[in-house]
Amino acid sequence: MNQQVSPHTLPALPYADNALDPVITASTIGFHYGKHHRAYVDNLNRHIAGTEYADMSLEDIIRATSGKADKAGIFNNAAQIWNHTFYWKSLRPGGGGEPPAALKEKMEAEFGSVNTCKTVFSAAALTQFGSGWTWLVLDGESLKVVKTANADLPLTTGLKPLLTLDVWEHAYYLDYQNRRPDYVKAVLEKLINWDFALENIP
Amino acid sequence: MKKWILLMVLPALLSLSCSQDGGVSDLRFDPLPYAYDALEPYIDAETMELHYSRHHKAYFDNLVAALKGTPLARQPLEVLLAQASRLPDAVRNNGGGHYNHAFFWKVMSPDGGGVPEGKLGEKIEASFGSFDAFKEAFTKAALSRFGSGWVWLCVAKDGSLFITSTANQDNPLMDTVEKQGKPILALDVWEHAYYLSYQNKRGSYIDAFWHVVDWDAVAAFFEASL
Repeated sequence: MNQQVSPHTLPALPYADNALDPVITASTIGFHYGKHHRAYVDNLNRHIAGTEYADMSLEDIIRATSGKADKAGIFNNAAQIWNHTFYWKSLRPGGGGEPPAALKEKMEAEFGSVNTCKTVFSAAALTQFGSGWTWLVLDGESLKVVKTANADLPLTTGLKPLLTLDVWEHAYYLDYQNRRPDYVKAVLEKLINWDFALENIP
Repeated sequence: MKKWILLMVLPALLSLSCSQDGGVSDLRFDPLPYAYDALEPYIDAETMELHYSRHHKAYFDNLVAALKGTPLARQPLEVLLAQASRLPDAVRNNGGGHYNHAFFWKVMSPDGGGVPEGKLGEKIEASFGSFDAFKEAFTKAALSRFGSGWVWLCVAKDGSLFITSTANQDNPLMDTVEKQGKPILALDVWEHAYYLSYQNKRGSYIDAFWHVVDWDAVAAFFEASL
């Protein structure tokens, strides 16, 4: 995805900050993209300046620091840059609805139906305890739903991410407060970008 | 500091018996010890209401549901949490969530702030060099907790004080943490604790927290731990 090296920059949001309103408000996007995502970029640049990671691509940094407790500061910021960039692309104004035929077939093959796939995805999003992410991924040829804690991501476990949903509280607290189920439901119905998921299938 | 009248505005004490099978439990959802708006402007009323009546209540209800009809229901909460490594996730997470929040409410007060005095004040100075050095170390731990979690001031088995941080709803009573101890002060750094007022500025929330810390309550926990 992002092959750029240091200094890493904040990728442009793929739509206006009010484009996802009312499901995700401009206020939430303002903090989430403008403050949180940006802070991960600034922190990463600060952490890697003058280190062996300074000339690496974002994905290489993530792979090189994953699972290393003494590199958690670098990994967390690098992975959160990647996760958020991927999250923005996983949403679109006017999203939701029926997945494109090729994705639908895969969902039916793996889960029996599109609805079951969505139910499994929702359940994963609701049961991620604490901060984290829910993912639709390819495991070899088959579709799977996985969840990860904090900054963790499927990239480092050999899975191919197709789309993601952020379930850190900062993703929904201003709009939904404690009602994570309402956020998950609204995003799946109205924003989820199935076309992006399909594009990510090789 | 403005003096507030303590209002017991919340639902009556919900005493809950988990002893259908003959055991004894200390599980109960106590009223918040002050009004939702009592900690303003440091912690706003909407945050307090959601935090207590939604988040904390959900942990309590889920804990009760997870314990119902199991032998675990007979044990006092602190005894239960000490065996966290052997508990089902639902009991560990919701048990921690209930204990942590109930404890957090008790170490804050509208009459809080200032500097600890007496034995506790002396112990903090002796342990950290000065009260300011303690605050700085606690703040650093609160800022560097990545994701959801808590920061604690604890008393170790040998009577020494230490600062520690736990992920999600774990706490220093649990046998899953690096260093176990008896909590005497807690700060919730889950985003739900501060996002409505402070958004991404966790540091501002931590600064505000010092204005509502009830050092008398912390001192009482300290002395009870000795």
